[in-house]
Amino acid sequence: MLLELRSVEKSYTDSDGRVPVLRGVSFDLMAGQTLALTGESGSGKSTVLHIAAGLEFPDAGSVRVLGQDLAQMGEGARAVVRRSDIALVFQQFNLIPSLSVAANISFQAALSGRVDPGYIDDLVDALGLGDQLRKYPESLSGGQQQRVAIARALAAKPKLMLADEPTGNLDEGTAARVLDEMLKLVAQTDAGLMLVTHSPSVAARMDRELHLSGGLLT
Amino acid sequence: MIRICLRALLSHWMRNPVQLFAYLAGLALATALWSGVEAINAEARASYDAAATTLGEGQYDQVIPRQGSSIAQETYLALRAAGWLVSPVIDVERGDVRLVGIDPLTSPTGLGAVAALDEAMSFGQSGRLFANAETAGRLRELDGLTAEITVDAGIAPGVAIGDVGAVQALLGRTDLTRLIVLPEQPLVQMPLAQVAPALTVQPSQQVADVAQLTDSFHLNLRAFGLLSFAVGLFIVHSTIGLAFEQRRGMIRTLRSLGVPLRMLIVLITTEMLVLAAFGAVLGIVLGYLIAALLIPDVAATLEGLYGAQISGTLELRSEWWLSGFLLAILGAAAALAGRIWQIARMPLLASVRPRAWVMAGAGRFRAQTWVALGLLSAAGVLVVLGDGLIAGFSLLGCLLIGAALVLPALAAGALSIMERRVQAPVAAWFWADTRQQLPGLSLALMALLLAVSANIGVSTMVSSFRLTFTGFLDQRLAPELFVRVESAAQSAALNRYLDAQRIEALPLLSRPAQIEGQPARLYGVRVGPTYRENWAFLDESPAVWDRVAAGEAVVVNEQLARRDDLWVGDSVQITPDLRLPIGAVVGDYGNPQGQVIVSDAVFSALHPEVYAGQFGIRTGDASALRREIEEALGIPQSAFINQAAIKAMSLEVFERTFTVTAALNVLTLGVAGFAILMSLLTLADLRVPQLAPVWALGLTRRRLGQLELARAMALTVVVFACAIPVGLALAWVLLSIVNVEAFGWQLPMFFFPRDYFWLGLYALIAAGLAAAWPAWRLMRTPPSKLLKVFANER
Repeated sequence: MLLELRSVEKSYTDSDGRVPVLRGVSFDLMAGQTLALTGESGSGKSTVLHIAAGLEFPDAGSVRVLGQDLAQMGEGARAVVRRSDIALVFQQFNLIPSLSVAANISFQAALSGRVDPGYIDDLVDALGLGDQLRKYPESLSGGQQQRVAIARALAAKPKLMLADEPTGNLDEGTAARVLDEMLKLVAQTDAGLMLVTHSPSVAARMDRELHLSGGLLT
Repeated sequence: MIRICLRALLSHWMRNPVQLFAYLAGLALATALWSGVEAINAEARASYDAAATTLGEGQYDQVIPRQGSSIAQETYLALRAAGWLVSPVIDVERGDVRLVGIDPLTSPTGLGAVAALDEAMSFGQSGRLFANAETAGRLRELDGLTAEITVDAGIAPGVAIGDVGAVQALLGRTDLTRLIVLPEQPLVQMPLAQVAPALTVQPSQQVADVAQLTDSFHLNLRAFGLLSFAVGLFIVHSTIGLAFEQRRGMIRTLRSLGVPLRMLIVLITTEMLVLAAFGAVLGIVLGYLIAALLIPDVAATLEGLYGAQISGTLELRSEWWLSGFLLAILGAAAALAGRIWQIARMPLLASVRPRAWVMAGAGRFRAQTWVALGLLSAAGVLVVLGDGLIAGFSLLGCLLIGAALVLPALAAGALSIMERRVQAPVAAWFWADTRQQLPGLSLALMALLLAVSANIGVSTMVSSFRLTFTGFLDQRLAPELFVRVESAAQSAALNRYLDAQRIEALPLLSRPAQIEGQPARLYGVRVGPTYRENWAFLDESPAVWDRVAAGEAVVVNEQLARRDDLWVGDSVQITPDLRLPIGAVVGDYGNPQGQVIVSDAVFSALHPEVYAGQFGIRTGDASALRREIEEALGIPQSAFINQAAIKAMSLEVFERTFTVTAALNVLTLGVAGFAILMSLLTLADLRVPQLAPVWALGLTRRRLGQLELARAMALTVVVFACAIPVGLALAWVLLSIVNVEAFGWQLPMFFFPRDYFWLGLYALIAAGLAAAWPAWRLMRTPPSKLLKVFANER
């Protein structure tokens, strides 16, 4: 089992008091499986993703990644899991502005000690980033930055890939190519993929789709 | 992983070289001014130590002539025979070198600073002198000196030392100047008055300790160095803050990708401290250059004011470069600590909105203002209750830091008023935008406030001092001609000659004295019209000169009055049998010693053996009278001193005294200008998203650039308006508190509006120059860069 969420609850406090976001969310993700998480804006999709990555903690319930309970792990151990087993694609890309595109792409792979130059070259070609390698993120368009962020995640060959609207900024053709690469990785490495999306066509290409509404899975 | 993370962290500096430059330059400038001043202080201390080691001055009692400066060799031998363990010294000025002959076998300092043993062994060789390299060079230029000179770095500056016999032979003299009394003396010895009635023992504590005398001067220098360091640290603090804010996104990403927080903190701390060390080393090199440039003026000042000789060259001493290095690292670490703490506490998914820091919470703003008000209140309390030099400097610190911290609140208030008063949309946006920039620019503006206030304060002090000092010179140097005489007979002859010619003469009698337990100098003056008409007192009782002339009162200088907590109406013990009331207190600037002035009759009754060694003479034609006296009495030309020459020399000493201060003033203002430049440059990129919408709405890039320039000017005007009261308060503290504590005299405060106007103009020019480049860059920003702000919107 790659990912296991059990009865996860989460709420935030704002000016109106405590606002529940997740109310007993449970699901599993097996190796080699793909999963789409859909729902309206503000339904808690990104929160589920962050909890699965150990970036946030549930108020109640448990989260296990590769059989390890994230809540029982220290900050250092969680960092090791994120570095070695998980790859994240953020909504805001989160590229390192002072590193070139090439350095950004290989960054997480280098962190986890799994740099595969041939594989990275293939990824760069497939995602159409060959002309951009020497540039810096600030000179790329939003769509190009998104492809770099996806390339960075794929290059690390993670066991679990978590992506927050990975094709949100891309045209239809590019989005299809990006999705192909992600699914290829899952097929080649027996990884798991969970992505948050608003796009029914993207969701349709996943093995499963979970819909989040009012803090509950439907 | 460490290498990869370091590469990512360092890449920030590669992409933001201006920020890196600001960080290094801020630290370098801060360290430079501090270590430059400390280098000068260290050099001076080393010179004082060398003088103490070489000459034993201030450490041992000395036997000196009651009058003049010569002790016959026979008298010395008679004293030795009478059981006095004394060591002979001949001490003569030749040109600007002090030739000192000692007896290495009996001198309590032994061979003093003569370093190498083989050199020491040859100490007694005839005609051989030891001096440091600089003095050796001057010695070689002296005419008629045939001595062999050995260079020894340990010898005090301006001093050449040799065997007493050798020096006597070189000078063609057989007498001595003084005798050092050895600490161990036999139980039985004949009284000095019986063996040598013309000699007296001067206790060691009466010999002014030059290091102690100059303490306040060095303290002032150090205070200036610290102020400059603080201004430099503002740049460092500002740059570190900006660098961290810009890297918040990177730090979040690194943590999200699995880099442990602890490793990040260690790496960032190491990275910043290594860079700080690099900046500090640069600063030390700069500091050395600054010190080398300033030390000749400092040397002249110390010699002029205190008679202290310090080396005119500079050595790389660990005490100053190490202190500069450590202070720079500690300063950077202090600025860093808060940011590291923020990172340690930053939630992993914290917002990384750029400029979040610029819109710093109102809470922090309020807290800063409260701290400022607290410090300013503390300054007020210190004015009322503070006592001593430390309290004086604490007051300065509270005043300056408090004023700096309250500046953003005052500036925000002023800008709000402007914002409310304008109607035109561009003007309204301009003032609102300027207020929004305040948090980002506040550190640079605080640095400018400190620099301008220091300039106003110090220039007010110096100019007040100059006015007072010039008046003081006119008062003290009323006689047109001064004559020094060498013997009692010459003194009496001159007195008779001037009396016969009905020329008003002012003979001056003086000798060291112990007044109220403190070393001081007792003067005997002939009260006449010159004293009555020219001397202005700080405080006086009625008919003071009549009472002094009648032997019923004394005049004391301000130093003695303040040190012993005496004033007009109190009395002083002149001798065990004579206590006289203080009739007046007179200002006496640039002199560290206490003085008591009695009538010549009282003085002569107390010390009949002392003759007037100096005369002031009132005459309409100084040159003619000089010639007449030369011819009539055979007094050599060199014994005459022209009033104008003394005035010129005194004013020159005065001007040189403040050359160093003026130079530090300019450097501090330069550093503040640099702080503004760095702040504007580092903020420039962050400004693009703010300016792009205004550009899109129809303001040209040229107009935006002009407005950026105008903004810097407007903020400088606000800063300058705040700096005037702060600077004047600073001047008041310096003149009325620090000066009294450090030097023993108070100065009246004058205002110099024209100087302030020019300073304001310089500050505007500095700010304008600092803002020009960022404004020019903005004018040339390609439209594509401005458009990108919208292109990236989702």
